[in-house]
Amino acid sequence: MFEVILLQFLNGLDKGGAYALIALGLTLVFGTLGVVNFAHGALFMLGAFCAVVFRQLITLETVTIDPDQLSPWGAPLEVHEPLVQAWFGDFGAVLVNYSVPLSLLLTVPVMLVIGIAMERGIIKHFYKRPHAEQILVTFGLAIVAQEIIKAIFGANPIPQPMPVDLRGAADIGALIGLTPHAVSYPIWRLVYFLFSVAIIGAVFAFLRFTTFGMVVRAGMADRETVGLLGINIDRRFTIMFGIAAIVAGMAGVMYTPIVPPNYQLGMNFLVLSFVVVVVGGMGSLPGAVLAGFLLGILQSFASMTQVKALVPGIDQIIIYLVAVVVLLVRPRGLLGRRGMMEA
Amino acid sequence: MTYSRRGMSRRTLIKSGLAGVLATGVSPYIFSRGAWAQEFCNNPTGDTVTLGLNLPLSGAYAEEGADEQKAYELAVQHLNGEGDGGLLNVFTPSSLKGNGILGKRVAFVTSDSQTLADVARAGATRMIERDGAVMITGGSSSAEAVAVQGLCQEMGVIFMAGLTHSNDTTGKDKKRYGFRHFFNAYQSGIALGPVLGQEYGSDRRAYHLTADYTWGWTQEESIKAATEELGWETVQTVRTPLGAADFSQYLTPVLNSGADVLILNHYGNDMVNSLTQAVQFGLRERQVNGKNFEIVVPLFSELMAKGAGENIKGIFGTSNWHWNLQDPGTVAFTKSFGAAYGSPPSQAAHTAYVQTLLYADAVERAGTFYPPEVIAALEGFEFDGMGNGRTLYRAEDHQCIKSVLVVRGNENPTNEFDVLNVVQEVGRDVVDYDPAIFGGELGPAEPAPMC
Repeated sequence: MFEVILLQFLNGLDKGGAYALIALGLTLVFGTLGVVNFAHGALFMLGAFCAVVFRQLITLETVTIDPDQLSPWGAPLEVHEPLVQAWFGDFGAVLVNYSVPLSLLLTVPVMLVIGIAMERGIIKHFYKRPHAEQILVTFGLAIVAQEIIKAIFGANPIPQPMPVDLRGAADIGALIGLTPHAVSYPIWRLVYFLFSVAIIGAVFAFLRFTTFGMVVRAGMADRETVGLLGINIDRRFTIMFGIAAIVAGMAGVMYTPIVPPNYQLGMNFLVLSFVVVVVGGMGSLPGAVLAGFLLGILQSFASMTQVKALVPGIDQIIIYLVAVVVLLVRPRGLLGRRGMMEA
Repeated sequence: MTYSRRGMSRRTLIKSGLAGVLATGVSPYIFSRGAWAQEFCNNPTGDTVTLGLNLPLSGAYAEEGADEQKAYELAVQHLNGEGDGGLLNVFTPSSLKGNGILGKRVAFVTSDSQTLADVARAGATRMIERDGAVMITGGSSSAEAVAVQGLCQEMGVIFMAGLTHSNDTTGKDKKRYGFRHFFNAYQSGIALGPVLGQEYGSDRRAYHLTADYTWGWTQEESIKAATEELGWETVQTVRTPLGAADFSQYLTPVLNSGADVLILNHYGNDMVNSLTQAVQFGLRERQVNGKNFEIVVPLFSELMAKGAGENIKGIFGTSNWHWNLQDPGTVAFTKSFGAAYGSPPSQAAHTAYVQTLLYADAVERAGTFYPPEVIAALEGFEFDGMGNGRTLYRAEDHQCIKSVLVVRGNENPTNEFDVLNVVQEVGRDVVDYDPAIFGGELGPAEPAPMC
């Protein structure tokens, strides 16, 4: 039984990592700009497609027509030769093998540009509008982004292979003295958990230990006073929107070997992530992280056969059930601040 | 001028004859046919006839929907005498002439069903009421098929189902106005069971993950019955929500369940995700009960195999049809589709194309679009040359009875399309079954007075 519980706990950590990363970005945007960004899931999906594009670029091929071979429908067969391996030999093969983590190099600038363009181009015009209108416009943006991706890449998921060295499962049970293979967990999911912890740590360190972060935190607490000090807080908040887009995009990139991305990837997370933000407390960064991991772990435990035998269907409703209970007991969420979304 | 009153006048004779005919209930066929011909739903009176394509262009089965759309467009071209004619050249017996349907040019309207039953039903309603569709076709989910054929029965419009594999479609939810060319979960079980027994033996413990809707339930039931007949034990059956992206919380309990086979009753993106993640959990490298752990996907297609990438290699399943069969129908369709779109057709595309031609042919044979006549033409119709061998559209449940393919993910693909191998073509006589076992009532053929 201990093995089963440990497995579900590990599963909860990696699920929670994804929830926490998306909720962190949502909270950054809400805490700085006061915008409820329903396009945040789309940013996660766009990041995942940065990995797809990067892989397509480094697996470019030369195509020659072989008139001696025919396709099943009678057309001359195309013969494909990989270009990067032809140019760089073994190094080219390493690039292809590590395409997912390497695509972070492309994702960071692309997502920064997308985030800033989204904020400057559309969202800034809705700062003074009611939250309902902000939700409508950002939800519209999410649908537009989805349809663009669908038009370019199709509706089918596009598998992104993880590096060969990180495939398979790690025998965690053997490492801690349990029966071998009793607790095996996919290596990449462990990598994803560590990656999410690292990114969350980096965001907190950035806000805590840099002057830029200090100004942003001051702006989140009292925007007007910071403005009166002659600091252009709007520009910093715009950059924070870009940073939130980068966090969502990187989370999407590293998620691609777990779930092959398609245009709907972001929508799968969006509602859950909003529940995470509400449970954690609107505008609270530590609350978003705490609630992300908490709900991930609870969701995982609720899927255990033994739990489902007691309460059938509990795995489907556990997150919403917890949200109801938390909001009844602590209406501002676990670590919510007074005054956030309160009249 | 006087009239003779002797004997029966001509007028009296006609009146008495008509009264007698009506009283005995044997009115001449031609009268009723002519009367209904003006009154049934969306009777095409102009020079075009409109078909309604209800396609999942978004949602979990969107890729199937996109391929179905290509096939429908190709079928319409061929019916209108354009292109290379495709299966019109090999389908027998055929009444199709390549001049539309009954001389009317074929047009179509589309609706995105979003892989959702209620959206599919709303789309079908709109295409019937607003666009004048005389026949509805499409869909890649049994939930959609059951919902839409129920609507079509109410509205008196024929529904030629697209990809639907639930036993319920032509079982407990069958309808007089609904017709299915695709095979079903029960037939998958009949075809796949012996192959699984041969490959994996009779001492196995199976764990099912099942999509939580009509198709998943009936497939789980059918495969469970087929494997338990082999002597396998079913350890657990777990329902998963349709469209779940991450199945990890359902996969972790498999690891210590004592099961040595995982059966994924998932389709489309769900299957791509659950299979990919099961492989990541190292299930295929595990040894349980002294045996290699195996994964089985009872229904899969080449589109899903492409999505799952190398994870599909060596996995057993069943298919309705596959493009690399070598019969004249398959060769002709693959050639037409490949030339038009640069890739071979999926089984979803094939069934969509065939259903369109079968409807058109039935109308030609009936000589009218009047649904009861078209239904009568389809019921019990036996044909060949469509890629599945000799096929019967069974009158009792409107299920096509034909051969079923057992397929396996290709271990050594030679190109990007070469993802499946046909292991066995299980004959029509083997996968035939008594339609009464699933119950249901077809209902009346008379159309609703208006739509």
